Amino acid sequence: NFLTKTILGKLDIEKCLTSVSTGGSTLLGYIGIDTIIEQMRKKTMKTGFDFNIMVVGHSGLGKSTLVNTLFKSQVSRRSAGWARDEKIPKTVEIKSVSHVIEEGGVKMKLTLVDTPGFGDQINNDNCWEPISKFINEQYEKFLKEEVNITRKKRIPDTRVHCCLYFISPTGHSLRQLDIEFMKRLSHSVNIIPIIAKADTMTTEERQEFKQRVRKELEMSGIEFYPQKEFDDDMEDKSDNDKIREAMPFAVVGSDKEYQVNGKRVLGRKTAWGVVEVENPNHCEFAQLRDFLIRSHLQDLKEVTHNIHYETYRAKRLNENGGLHPISSSDTQESNL
Amino acid sequence: MASTEIARQAGEGARAVPLAGHVGFDSMPDQLVNKSVNHGFCFNILCVGETGLGKSTLMDTLFNTKFEGEPTQHNQPGVTLKSNTYELQESNVRLKLTVVNTVGFGDQINKEDSYKSIVEFIDAQFEAYLQEELKIKRTLHSYHDTRIHACLYFIAPTGHSLKSLDLVTMKKLDSKVNIIPIIAKSDAISKSELAKFKIKITSELVSNGVQIYQFPTDDESVAEINSTMNSHLPFAVVGSTEEVKIGNKMVKARQYPWGTVQVENENHCDFVKLREMLIRVNMEDLREQTHTRHYELYRRCKLEEMGFKDTDPDSKPFSLQETYEAKRNEFMGELQKKEEEMRQMFVQRVKEKEAELKEAEKELHEKFDRLKKLHQDEKKKLEEKKKTLDDELNMFKQKKTAAELLQNQAQQAGGSTTLKRDKERKNNPWLCTE
Repeated sequence: NFLTKTILGKLDIEKCLTSVSTGGSTLLGYIGIDTIIEQMRKKTMKTGFDFNIMVVGHSGLGKSTLVNTLFKSQVSRRSAGWARDEKIPKTVEIKSVSHVIEEGGVKMKLTLVDTPGFGDQINNDNCWEPISKFINEQYEKFLKEEVNITRKKRIPDTRVHCCLYFISPTGHSLRQLDIEFMKRLSHSVNIIPIIAKADTMTTEERQEFKQRVRKELEMSGIEFYPQKEFDDDMEDKSDNDKIREAMPFAVVGSDKEYQVNGKRVLGRKTAWGVVEVENPNHCEFAQLRDFLIRSHLQDLKEVTHNIHYETYRAKRLNENGGLHPISSSDTQESNL
Repeated sequence: MASTEIARQAGEGARAVPLAGHVGFDSMPDQLVNKSVNHGFCFNILCVGETGLGKSTLMDTLFNTKFEGEPTQHNQPGVTLKSNTYELQESNVRLKLTVVNTVGFGDQINKEDSYKSIVEFIDAQFEAYLQEELKIKRTLHSYHDTRIHACLYFIAPTGHSLKSLDLVTMKKLDSKVNIIPIIAKSDAISKSELAKFKIKITSELVSNGVQIYQFPTDDESVAEINSTMNSHLPFAVVGSTEEVKIGNKMVKARQYPWGTVQVENENHCDFVKLREMLIRVNMEDLREQTHTRHYELYRRCKLEEMGFKDTDPDSKPFSLQETYEAKRNEFMGELQKKEEEMRQMFVQRVKEKEAELKEAEKELHEKFDRLKKLHQDEKKKLEEKKKTLDDELNMFKQKKTAAELLQNQAQQAGGSTTLKRDKERKNNPWLCTE
């Protein structure tokens, strides 16, 4: 309770703390500067968070199911009774849906951007273009708001913070389309490659596949999130190195629960057993979730804002006469 | 309020969805806070008040440190602002504290322009931030924010009312910075006088339309404490860094022959309240207000001044970019013109230099010719002389050979003549040869 904390602070005047200072001043008692952490936390909880996640991969890889599993709610309605005879769209569409979820007093507006039609045609040339255009449109929107004379107090953030790219579990290597997509987009958005439907591979096959994928990514010069160049300090670097070693995560998604050993777990039931989604021996879903949500959620937003957005802005402001004002009607069509 | 935020967000096409289990994003505030802690915070306080009101002492007392500096003189010709930055750390929070003092405020005879340097200083900080924000390649997240977050206005404890200098200065500053008025050296006023003084000050501020900083009352947890504090404004404070033994504790106090004023005793002065409000409860809100209200106002005014306009509803959006482009083209045009001018000047200079060189060359040629002619003349003269000399020499030679010939002949003849003469002598002994 905040009030009790302040009262305690008053009584605890003997709490002597030394300081690291360059101004020749040493602290001789408790001031209360560290309460700024509490103040900040309360403010951020009050305003809530935005988070925008995009899923890319051809149909049938379990994208919607995975997102539902990640956020433990039906944020993607497609998987709940997806009509199997729904036509696959002829071009890549961008569909974004927003939900508000709350946990522990923290409210998050989660926007899921789906890309049906990606990689599904016979000729998939340039199917990454609509996606790239969408991402840049969001940066453009933000930039427009930012350069306004009268600005909103909180600029609505629709920029894509994270793009989950689903790799087909062929067991062999990356497809040409995968490499092309990731090469082109890794400089404008944080890409997290995932191996989908990992329950089709045994543990050894999975390891080998991961090694091969990682080597291919390295050889093509694809910097996926967390990018090596943005590591802040040694601590960050060692944490992120461990994560990079384990990527791409091989995941299984499910929104059905089964009884295993007396516990109800999320899983997929097969004739030979139940694949437990949150069991680290079965698949790496738990690792992905912890990485994505519990430790790097804020960092994803920061890298998007401080690096990708700034790159876009610098490029845009440097363009000579490249003014093609994006009319608002276009962007509204592509949302919802 | 939290619910209105959510309603607004939900109204933008999002529906609330229940969670079926623990996802884990409630650690988001912690992630944000950790990042901020790693980054460090900065807080900038401006102290405005006449010399001798105890500004530096109060800062020392507030932050429990001995900041450097000696008391300033009273004979400054104008108001200058001196800022010092200190790095304080408490548990794992690092704070870059900047304290800006007004030196010489209220010391001049004519104080009409005193507020100007303060306003300029505050504007300069906003300007620096704006420049950084407008840059193409910018580093906002590692920018050291120097904008003033709180302005402590020190009121002299006359017990009567605000001075006109105070009113004018506060009126000029209220739209630029969060003003927190405080009554300095309040141990000079008795309790009853203090209450009357506070009421007088508040009513004067209200009647003159001065907007002082109100502690925020929209968050439930701090609304109560903030609203009570709001009613105690302006705070009457006493500062002291000396410690006096009261009972069995050492407390900060001022010792008089008739008693001791304890700084941290709420019955004696409002110092504790000030510290609570300024640091422990509202530091973050002060920073936010500075950024979202005062800075935005400054930015809007500045950009409108520079000629940028937001669009009217039916014209194309993003006209800021267009005016920006237009200005850029203008600038490039100017640069090109300048380049042309410089080129012209360069060509001109080259021509001049060339002409000069030609002149010099011509002169040299002439000189050479002259010298040559001189030489030739000399040579001719010499040759003539040589010729004459040769002629003379020849003549001389001729004469010489002629003379020699003559001499030879003469000798032969003389020889014979001598013989003859001898014969004659012999023959003619009476020929006296003397």
